[in-house]
Order: sequence, then structure tokens, then C-alpha cells
Amino acid sequence: MEKRKKEVLVLEDILGSNKKIASSIRKKLEEKGILAINLLSSPGSGKTTLLEKIGLRLKDRYKVGVIEGDIETERDAERIRKIGLPAWQIITHGACHLEAKMLAQIFDRIPADLDFLFIENVGNLVCPASFDLGESLRFVLLSVPEGDDKPRKYPEAFITSQVFVITKADLLPYLPFDADRVTAEALEINPKLEVFRTSAITGEGIEPLCQYLEKKLQELRTKNA
Amino acid sequence: MHELSIVADLFTIIEEQSRQVGAKRVTKVRVLIGELSGVVPELFRTAFHSYKKGTIADKARLEIKVTRVKFKCHGCGQEIKTGDISSPDFSYACPFCGSKEVELISGRDLCLEKLEIET
Ligand SMILES: Nc1nc2c(ncn2[C@@H]2O[C@H](COP(=O)(O)OP(=O)(O)O)[C@@H](O)[C@H]2O)c(=O)[nH]1
Ligand SMILES: [Mg+2]
Ligand SMILES: [Zn+2]
Repeated sequence: MEKRKKEVLVLEDILGSNKKIASSIRKKLEEKGILAINLLSSPGSGKTTLLEKIGLRLKDRYKVGVIEGDIETERDAERIRKIGLPAWQIITHGACHLEAKMLAQIFDRIPADLDFLFIENVGNLVCPASFDLGESLRFVLLSVPEGDDKPRKYPEAFITSQVFVITKADLLPYLPFDADRVTAEALEINPKLEVFRTSAITGEGIEPLCQYLEKKLQELRTKNA
Repeated sequence: MHELSIVADLFTIIEEQSRQVGAKRVTKVRVLIGELSGVVPELFRTAFHSYKKGTIADKARLEIKVTRVKFKCHGCGQEIKTGDISSPDFSYACPFCGSKEVELISGRDLCLEKLEIET
């Protein structure tokens, strides 16, 4: 029999299945009044340390939980548990980013009465940007030692985030990092970004960041009411 | 290298489509990759050709069309088609009115556009 060739128009979003799972996670979280925050940065930018500081500040008044994404080990989850917060580790075994289906697998373990759910993504400024996890807010972190030329090099992370945090601000006096320039460059890529500077050493910026999170939680709850 | 997991999702769609249209084999796959999708076309290609082995698209060629970024300017309302985003003199500001209030309207897409199949 003769083979017949033909063209089939498909026009389907390749990440459609991830987006579908993410949307259903977002809907469930928002219905429960949980504000979920997905944190993106290179390894070592200070994601876990920032979560420790924010967690300590918020935990007396709010229920806070943390999902830790790592290629291997449960180390970051253990750090979070040490400050008295529940943490769930997702080990990706090699994958360089979290995907919505990985969250869906552990979703039943997340208590329904949380206020804040932080999701520390795998340390990587490129790949995690492509995957919606169903978060309400995405944070991109850049630490002072990484250099001030990064926003344009990693535009996807900046375009898809709502908040940009410059971490390790205590190192500004010692390094050629122009925080104003990097802020301007990030805002050029995404004019809607909220920008914060934090230091886990001096505590700078932790309070304003927590107030911002509280405001966002209020907005979510008002929307639900 | 998240291209491999994206290619895995692509093959789920290819296999589903092939079943629906009764394809015996897929001979060509054409995808659209947005410049700001975070996907590197060459890595995508490598991942595609290693993943296709033993699937219905075993011998398929891969065609990639990179789609340019498009912005809408909130200053003057015009649509902006941009040049190469990786070039050093690329500007995110509006070339018509200079406004920096521009919003991305396309360029993040990752799409299976069409298949060529044998029935
Ligand atoms: N100087 C300084 N060091 C910090 C700060 N935050 C984190 N670090 C250090 O940076 C390293 C990596 O931090 P970590 O939170 O594990 O980064 P992660 O990989 O993004 O989670 C650790 O040695 C921290 O002590 C900060 O604000 N200032
Ligand atoms: Mg960490
Ligand atoms: Zn304009």
C-alpha cells in the first residue's frame, strides 16, 4: 500500500499540561486563602537564608510553610524545620527546576489553614522561569556577589516575577555592584517589579518585605470575601 | 537543561495527536519557540533527537521557528516588534514615544505548530 503524507495543524502549547496543573493548584490555594510565593535565583543567592529571616518574623502571627526544591538532599528543609516551621522537601533527582506535577504529588500534605506557603525552587536562574507552579507571587533574587549585569542576561526570570530582591546588601561597600543601576535595568525589563534590598546579616529590608507580604495576603483574603 | 522535560511534554502531545488522526508515523515536527521562552533552540534540538528514538516520530525532522518578542506600549498604545533581544543595543523602551511602560504580549510561547504524518 502506498504511503500518504499529510500535514496536521496542531497549534498546542507544549507547556499546556504544566499550566493546567498549575492553574488547578493556584485555584485551590487561593480558595484556601493561602498566599504562595515561588523563589527563583542562582544557587547560593540566599533563598533559604531569606526564608529563615522572613519565617522568624512572620511565624508568631501567621502559619507559614515551606516547600524546598533541590536536586538532592533534604538539607534546606532541615534548616527550615530548625526554626520551627513545617517544610516539605521535593527532591528532583537531577531535574534543574520544579514542575507543577511535582507539587501536585505532595499537595495533600500541605495544611489547609496555612497563611503563607513559600516554595524555594531549585537554584538556577534559567529553567525554573518556564514553569508555573500555581504560585500567586514570584520572587527573583540576585545577590550582590553575583554582579550587577544579570537582569538582561536572564530576562525570563525578571519578566515573569512580581518582586525583585537584591540580597546580601551588607556586601555593597566591598564589591563593585551598582544597586541603582541593576534596579533600573530590572525595571526596564519589567516596569511592574517591586524591588527590595535585604541583608540577612544586618536585617535590612526584612521588615518592608514582610509588610509587603502581609499586604498581599490581605488583598487575597479581601478578594475571597 | 530543562529542554529535555519540555521535549517529553512535546512527545505526549505528538503521540496523542497521532492517535487522533490515525498516523502510522510522524515525519516532520514544527515548533515555535519564543525568544523569551527560556528555551535554547539548539538544546531543544539535541533533546528532541535523543528522545525521538523508538517513538512514532523515530525518523522525524524537527523544524524550529524562533518567534520574536512583541511588546505593547502603554505610553502610545503601539505594538512594538523588536530586533534581536540578545544584542547589546537592544532596548526595552518604546522606539516611538520613548516610554518604558511596555508590556510583553508575545515571545514566551512554546508551541507545537504542525506535524507531517504518514497514514
Ligand atoms: N553576607 C551575606 N551572606 C549571606 C546573606 N544571605 C545568605 N548569605 C550566605 O550565602 C550563602 C548561601 O545562602 P543560602 O541561603 O544557602 O542560599 P540558597 O542556595 O539561595 O538557598 C550562605 O553561606 C549564607 O550564609 C546575606 O544577606 N549577607
Ligand atoms: Mg537553598
Ligand atoms: Zn510608545
